[in-house]
Amino acid sequence: MRLIVESGQKNRSCTLLPELSVPEYRMEASLLRGQELHLPEVSETEISRHYTALAGRVHGVNNGFYPLGSCTMKYNPKINDEIAAMEGFSNIHPLQPEYTAEGCLEVLKEAEEILTEITGMDAMTFQPAAGAHGEFTGLLLMHAYHTARKDSGRTKILVPDSAHGTNPASAAMVGYTIINIPSTEHGLVDLTALKAALGNDTAGLMLTNPNTLGLFDTNILEITRLVHEAGGLNYYDGANLNAVIGRARPGDMGFDIVHLNLHKTFSTPHGGGGPGSGPVGCKKNLANYLPGNRVARDGENHYLLQQEESVGRVKMFEGNFLIVLRALTYLLTLGKEGMADISGNAVLNANYMMKRLEDTFEVAYPGVCMHEFVLTLEKLKEETGVSALDMAKGIQEYGIHPPTMYFPNIVHEALMLEPTETESKETIDRAVDIMLQLYDKAQNEPERLKEAPINQPVRRLDEVTAARKPILKHSDEEHCETCVE
Amino acid sequence: MAELKFTKTHEWVKYTEDGKAKVGLTEYAQQQLGDLVFINLPEEGDCVTVEDTFCDVESVKAVSDVYSPLTGTIARVNEDLLDAPELINEHPYEAWIAEIEDITETAEFLSEDEYETFIKSEA
Repeated sequence: MRLIVESGQKNRSCTLLPELSVPEYRMEASLLRGQELHLPEVSETEISRHYTALAGRVHGVNNGFYPLGSCTMKYNPKINDEIAAMEGFSNIHPLQPEYTAEGCLEVLKEAEEILTEITGMDAMTFQPAAGAHGEFTGLLLMHAYHTARKDSGRTKILVPDSAHGTNPASAAMVGYTIINIPSTEHGLVDLTALKAALGNDTAGLMLTNPNTLGLFDTNILEITRLVHEAGGLNYYDGANLNAVIGRARPGDMGFDIVHLNLHKTFSTPHGGGGPGSGPVGCKKNLANYLPGNRVARDGENHYLLQQEESVGRVKMFEGNFLIVLRALTYLLTLGKEGMADISGNAVLNANYMMKRLEDTFEVAYPGVCMHEFVLTLEKLKEETGVSALDMAKGIQEYGIHPPTMYFPNIVHEALMLEPTETESKETIDRAVDIMLQLYDKAQNEPERLKEAPINQPVRRLDEVTAARKPILKHSDEEHCETCVE
Repeated sequence: MAELKFTKTHEWVKYTEDGKAKVGLTEYAQQQLGDLVFINLPEEGDCVTVEDTFCDVESVKAVSDVYSPLTGTIARVNEDLLDAPELINEHPYEAWIAEIEDITETAEFLSEDEYETFIKSEA
């Protein structure tokens, strides 16, 4: 497929501009670019066809099943977009006077109230634009808390080995040293190792519960108590909230700080540019450190409140506001009564899928799972040479997005599946039937799976060369070699 | 290969005549890691400690720590690896990562045979 800059003709455009009716202003030469800017010069027909063709080459949750573990690729209800398109929300400017944006401030306040109730927190910021951005922000709060107490020797963050890779990365970005806590053979936090790692240098613990193996840590109250006793704070990575929403609250589990992924649990667009939203909630004693402005309520009116002790802005204005609005729409559509149905059906679907697969595939941690589960294809690979990657590519041929592969790192040849609550039994049954067929194929025609996918817009991409010798910009001279037809 | 010593964390050590030692990743390690696309080398003069991370390698799948089999100071690093981390995949026992001097402590070393047995028991 051609890139848009390779389409069209010189001087072609979509608009006929009227003749200039004001004096032309010419900038001085020193301020101008020496080289002409290479912009696409295309007609509206070409633009329309270009993006339609691109859309045909991607797979989203509107195309088919998307059981990408750890990502909660649930369906995004159309009512979210309908509300976000309302003029009062879409035609506002972040710098217009506060009193003229009363409705928007109320949206933020209401979303904060509902989401803090769901998480058991006291305050929330909507500034962070993604989950990892939320982690970074949450750790800044942790840092501010210890600094304010003049407890500056706390330099270590504890992270279980089943954690999302972003956890240690975010902690490193804030300047912390990361201590890895191993898992037990049952996939839960090793309490002995945790106790050994805790000390007066512990700033805090980052934990996902249920964890990336899809297991709820039954020792959670003891874990958070131990961290508090050592003087640290507990950070809840909300990536897996879909498993417990409406039934268990991080605040009640002993967590002090939480981030949510509105683009996972709260049905806003995930991937493809989103944009994302990773609000951070915290307990009262940390609220003064939250970034940006807080929305305060005075009777029926709302206003923005600047906080003196804030860690500072982490994004412009009030974050990705229209995404928060979509999440609020989702919350109000389901209502308080509907919250527990999200997690109930998410967990039911995952267990149903796992049960149907477990006689054939090896489940990494057998038992009852939460909203997702992990298979290990280590034995299959030894017997047939078919790896988790080959299986994932085989699944693609049936119009299903592959599961997460090779994650979590502690499971070899991992495939991680999260069906979400928005899939029907028929969809899950079809996916299971396909996976069982592919398992047979791995035994009988392994070479066929090594070739997969054969019916997709691209076959296997050369990830190694892409990483070793990345081409990071389009160049006119090179485009003939680099464009993939 | 007889002059190589191995660790349980899959590094090899080769002493040179002047009391220094070169350190690299084993054949088994490179197989497990898969195609390497990036390496983060230590810096000359860095002090390293036995069993502490002193380098990391990145494959398409994941980033992995490399543990130091020795306590000492980094005398030299193999800068060729920066542009061509695949050398570790191609010739793991020639693609040394760093040379360490002023060695004061070593990890528990395995001989080649012991290492082979260890890998089998791991699998």
